[in-house]
Amino acid sequence: MSDSTADPRFARKAPTRPLRLSWADERVRNIVWQVLVVGAIGYVFWWLYRNTSYNLEVRRIATGFGFLSREAGLPIAESLIEYDPSMTYLRALTVGVLNTLKVAIVGIILATVLGTLLGVARLSKNWLLARMAGAYVEIVRDLPLLLQLLFWYALLQALPGPRQAMNPVEGVFLSNRGLKLPWFQWEHAHSMALLAFAVGAIATWAWRRAARARQMRDGQPRKVWPVAAALLLALPLAVWAALGAPFTPDVPFLRGFNFQGGLTVSPEFFALLLGLTLYTAGFIAEIVRAGILAVHQGQWEAAQALGLPRGRVMNLVVLPQAMRVIIPPMTSQFLNITKNSSLAVAIGYQDIVSIANTTLNQTGQAIEGIAIIMAVYLTISLSISLFMNWYNARIALVER
Amino acid sequence: MSITAENAAKLPADAMPRTAPRRLVGPAAWARENLFANWWSTAITLALGYLLIRYAVSFVDWAFLNAIWTVPHTAAGVPDTTACRDAKGTGACWAVITEKHRFILFGTYPYEEHWRPLIVCFLFVGLYVVSAMKRFWRWELALIWAAVLTLIGVLMWGGVFGLTYVPQERWGGLPITLILSTFGLAFAFPLAILVALGRRSKLPAIKAICVLYVELIRGVPLISLLFMASVMFPLFLPEGMNIDKLLRAQVAIILFAGAYLAEVVRAGLQALPKGQYEAADALGLSYWKKTGLIILPQALRLVIPPLVNTFIGFFKDTSLVLIIGIFDLLTAGKTAIIEPMWQGFGVEVYITLALIYFMFCFAMSKYSAGLEREFNAHRRR
Repeated sequence: MSDSTADPRFARKAPTRPLRLSWADERVRNIVWQVLVVGAIGYVFWWLYRNTSYNLEVRRIATGFGFLSREAGLPIAESLIEYDPSMTYLRALTVGVLNTLKVAIVGIILATVLGTLLGVARLSKNWLLARMAGAYVEIVRDLPLLLQLLFWYALLQALPGPRQAMNPVEGVFLSNRGLKLPWFQWEHAHSMALLAFAVGAIATWAWRRAARARQMRDGQPRKVWPVAAALLLALPLAVWAALGAPFTPDVPFLRGFNFQGGLTVSPEFFALLLGLTLYTAGFIAEIVRAGILAVHQGQWEAAQALGLPRGRVMNLVVLPQAMRVIIPPMTSQFLNITKNSSLAVAIGYQDIVSIANTTLNQTGQAIEGIAIIMAVYLTISLSISLFMNWYNARIALVER
Repeated sequence: MSITAENAAKLPADAMPRTAPRRLVGPAAWARENLFANWWSTAITLALGYLLIRYAVSFVDWAFLNAIWTVPHTAAGVPDTTACRDAKGTGACWAVITEKHRFILFGTYPYEEHWRPLIVCFLFVGLYVVSAMKRFWRWELALIWAAVLTLIGVLMWGGVFGLTYVPQERWGGLPITLILSTFGLAFAFPLAILVALGRRSKLPAIKAICVLYVELIRGVPLISLLFMASVMFPLFLPEGMNIDKLLRAQVAIILFAGAYLAEVVRAGLQALPKGQYEAADALGLSYWKKTGLIILPQALRLVIPPLVNTFIGFFKDTSLVLIIGIFDLLTAGKTAIIEPMWQGFGVEVYITLALIYFMFCFAMSKYSAGLEREFNAHRRR
């Protein structure tokens, strides 16, 4: 076939007709349709805006975000940053955002681990294991999350009081006041060790990249794990030891009617985390199962024919291909956990929705309160989508 | 190649069809294959079997053997729950369901009129069953829906045909859950089709509006929309115009469902081969004729399984109206245990509610899985 672009007949542009003011001209129709739709929607919004501003004026509600700097006076049971009711609404809302992020991040990690295990279990050759995982997934996915949350919360509240607390392992107590875990006193050295771990992680990643690049050049695989162990384990330990190796255990004990010391997981947080994790793990299990099944049987056989051991077949051949199927729906599950954490308001965990709701009840700033909730979730959703899209693009199949 | 009578005669005797050795068939062989294939599998089977039996036994003890089904009433007609309190921890108190099931199912609807919401529930189920049958998948189905939904409205409100009028504030329980999800679907579906078409449109302004709507709604939790409906919506309306809370929540659910369904419909539009669009254009059909006669009938058929799955999601999500205080099934269940004598029996009530939700969702998910298998039958090896 000859080079078609050289043909003068194809070099010509499509003829442009002058716009004819007639319904028969498609471009005229398109413009009229768009003007009509935009006009109608614009009118509805203008009408709503006019009503709202009139209503606000009648009810003497001042608009704007000035209320954020006023004293909140609302008590918050658990907070990651320092907070007391004499601080501002802005501070209270920040606490709410952090609480939402806390439950969402922990929930995402736990649900991914549990969901992957369940998804693999459903494909197990062991009949009992596969059936039990299948029954779990079916039951959990067919019940409303809110019902599950209320159920777990009711179950936790029906637990005995601190004096008769369940004590499965030394130092761990489960009672209607929540879960108590042994912890240790956090000191400067621990923060520095954590920092060293983060630095080590970045250095390990850089080393792995360099090792890969050199393997690409000379074909010699290089061991990554000794460097990783040194950077991720030895370095933080050395930092911790250099700063005096402080370690004061903080084990919870019963005094009077309640526990002292230790790390507390409140019943509200525990019920929310339990509900979110168990619910979403059911969905993730299905995604993982579908992803593994989507890899063609021939890929397994071809990899085994190359003489790769079973573990490496999974790591090098099957998982990278399954990931392409798994990542996009997984993103929406991560978004779902974040959005579903807003159900916290039903069981009294103080996340952003709960605190913004109290704020709008106290100040009457309904529009601003809901705008804040929506802005927070849109920001989180967009960040997760952007990150996952970036990751997805990295692992996507590069075609011609 | 199968072994028939005539070529069997040519085969030597030891090649004749035989039953497999005993070690390869029968329950013992099945168990060896599927439960005790190697030491790892055996360990899993034993551990799971132990846990299963242990918890199943204690559950049966709690739920059936030690359970209390009815409680005596005092002279004043108040149920006496001391028996339940004594059995707490060892036996379930199903008496709370025996006493409260009418309230949980129908809320504060007038007691003598409970047959009306009961018929409504059956009408809804009938509507789902009819919609699930393939022979009814035509445009006339929309007429059936309109007729049944009108009938449901008449039954619930009353005020005509000798039925007493029941204000909307007194509705509650299962009918509310069914109303919110079914009316939500009925109105969200046409909206979703329009938005999905708009999102694939060549007109930039319309496309931008549809993309904005879908992404905005999908980016925020349903609760924030419900809050918006309950606290912000009254500010939007002109003075003197008032819409009741149930309708406001219904609008929020329709807007929410519309965005999610639009994405499902869009997937169907994208999955349709381009040739179908081009062939319709070649016939000289107008945009709406092309869409209505060629594209939608094929695209919608393609996405029925994911549509059912999305519907299961909405059916579960309607329970969120609990947070803005609308009396659906879950709220009714939660309210039933507010009285001091029934306090602390939440687990029993939630298990009962779970069974009701499960029946609906399980039936729908089995149906959608079956359809999916049927649609993908040609792809299986």
